[in-house]
Amino acid sequence: MAVRRATTRKGSNGSTQERARLPVSKKEGLEWLKSMMLIRRFEERAEEAYSQGKVGGFLHLYTGEEAIAVGMMAALQPDDDVITHYRDHGYNLARGVEARRIMAEIYGKATGVSGGKGGSMHLADVSKHIWGGYAIVGGHIPLAVGLALAIQYQEQKRIVCCVFGEGATNIGMFHTSMNMAAVWKLPLLSIVENNLYGMGTIVQRASAVENIYEKGCCYGMASTQVDGNDVLAMRDAVRELAERARKGEGPQLLEAMTYRLRGHSMGDPQRYRDRKEVSEWKQRDPITRWQNMLIENKLAAPEDSDRLQAQVEAEVDEAVRFAEESPAPDEQAMYAHVLVEESE
Amino acid sequence: MAEKTYRDAIREAMREEMLRDEKVFIMGEEVGVWGGTYAVTRGMYDEFGAKRVRDTPIAEDAIVGAAVGAAMGGLRPIAELMTINFSLIGIDQIINNMAKVHYMFGGQVKAPLVVRAPAGWGQLGATHSQSFEAWFAHVPGLTVIMPGTPYDAKGLLKAAIRSDNPIVFIEHARLYGVKGEVPDGDYTLPIGKAEVKREGRHITIVTYSRMLHVSLAAATTLAQNGIEAEVIDMRTLRPLDMAPVYESVKKTHRALVVEEDWLTAGMGAEIAARIGHDVFDYLDNPVERLAQVETPVPYAKNLEALMFPDEKKVVAKVTSMVGT
Repeated sequence: MAVRRATTRKGSNGSTQERARLPVSKKEGLEWLKSMMLIRRFEERAEEAYSQGKVGGFLHLYTGEEAIAVGMMAALQPDDDVITHYRDHGYNLARGVEARRIMAEIYGKATGVSGGKGGSMHLADVSKHIWGGYAIVGGHIPLAVGLALAIQYQEQKRIVCCVFGEGATNIGMFHTSMNMAAVWKLPLLSIVENNLYGMGTIVQRASAVENIYEKGCCYGMASTQVDGNDVLAMRDAVRELAERARKGEGPQLLEAMTYRLRGHSMGDPQRYRDRKEVSEWKQRDPITRWQNMLIENKLAAPEDSDRLQAQVEAEVDEAVRFAEESPAPDEQAMYAHVLVEESE
Repeated sequence: MAEKTYRDAIREAMREEMLRDEKVFIMGEEVGVWGGTYAVTRGMYDEFGAKRVRDTPIAEDAIVGAAVGAAMGGLRPIAELMTINFSLIGIDQIINNMAKVHYMFGGQVKAPLVVRAPAGWGQLGATHSQSFEAWFAHVPGLTVIMPGTPYDAKGLLKAAIRSDNPIVFIEHARLYGVKGEVPDGDYTLPIGKAEVKREGRHITIVTYSRMLHVSLAAATTLAQNGIEAEVIDMRTLRPLDMAPVYESVKKTHRALVVEEDWLTAGMGAEIAARIGHDVFDYLDNPVERLAQVETPVPYAKNLEALMFPDEKKVVAKVTSMVGT
């Protein structure tokens, strides 16, 4: 099965010499920029709220990884199923779930996407084909296989995009799921977000195989690596692999290289990596890179960026206000949805 | 009405539901080409084909998880696990996804699937001779059914397949050959309802699955000695239908749980706690429990024969309880 590395180098600065012209419209380019900015600002405000004690439990920030969610959503069809791990705010925002309803969920309010019953790690919006964030590492991967089975069984043209981290490729469920999907040639695109660290464990200490995409080859899957901090490369890679899955070529695996600029979750003292490494990756910030790319290619001016930033600021501000003013779920909500009420 | 085996009743239920609703399908190890390791799905692969009677790799975590995902995606899967022992491989998917997706996402998602598997034993060794109904009955969000008769098996499995809730349906390998009256055609039985299988006034025996037959046989012997045992088949273990049990205890004043599982923290513990709490004033004795010997199941035939409650043990226990 063909295995190839991405055409852009890992962690490059995205200089213009890599492509002759930018195959994206101004409208798209600015949409993607705004979407990434929205995720970044949302995560900043969520972090603040957590530090103020307004958000409890676990909070896993997507800061620095925005290009993956935005590139991916730009490539998928709106009715393709998406299912992800617990660092899930970015995907929901990128697909257009309202920031206020996500913030309310993180605040544990009744107006949240899951009614306050799920929290940060369990965002879902089935109306937008987002089937959840999941807290058990790798626990959602078999579900993705099942969603893909349902699509194949019902002869639909949709695919499933399942996202997980590189750490999840070491758990049994990853292997049994990839194998099952490959045996049945299911329309499943798995995106491995390789941000180099599974909590505090760098990938070389956890995985016998450092290039995670090579694990797809064990199951005969077409597997590729891409620079996850390049939103255009992400869009192109996901588009190509999604079409292959959609055409019935079987499951696909995409390893997206990235880095989280914050800790694993709130309260992570980050003793496992040095500040120098974090600073180096800040130089490859996907948002700055894309902004520069748009400006260099005359698709945007600095004023556009400022304008979008102001819009994002207002949107996230409103989201926080909405979350703070929303009511907590009433006691009866605790007892709802344990079972489906049968109609008979 | 025809006499059919427990195995045939289960097959009939699945076949009729698959003919009725094209979203229903079976997936599991050896369900297709082999015809099912306990022959439950025999003939179904030929009738329905590989898509709807789907052989899987050996991967219970993926089998259960994919069944949950397929249910979320609009299908009505029946995931057959070769034995309930192997559910442990997939227990994260059962407890953390199957039981919880409807709740965690505020009702947006449903998981209308059935995971069915037999308990059983027969010199199979410690890891192949267990039953985990108590583990699954412990979990909010799951429904757990353990039918004891062919009639109940067919009606309850049909109800389970039609239910929008995720259901663990535990059969028994040593019941597959047991015969009973089973109607042709469509009928369902209510999930979450126990049934008095034998009336009596001296003691209430609360039981389920294979121990139902052991208890009924014991009741026949006890009757010869003038002891009339009322035998209640729980059928569903979560939710537990205690109302008929309480009605019975009000009449008999004694209760014995007969279960084919380890005593500690088994179903009997829950049933006894409820009886003791809710109809305490009617009891002449503490609630007793007869269960499996508290060791892993040994291989040697003579030792295994001592493991489980049998007719003799039930007769002895009831006799001692009624005597006091």
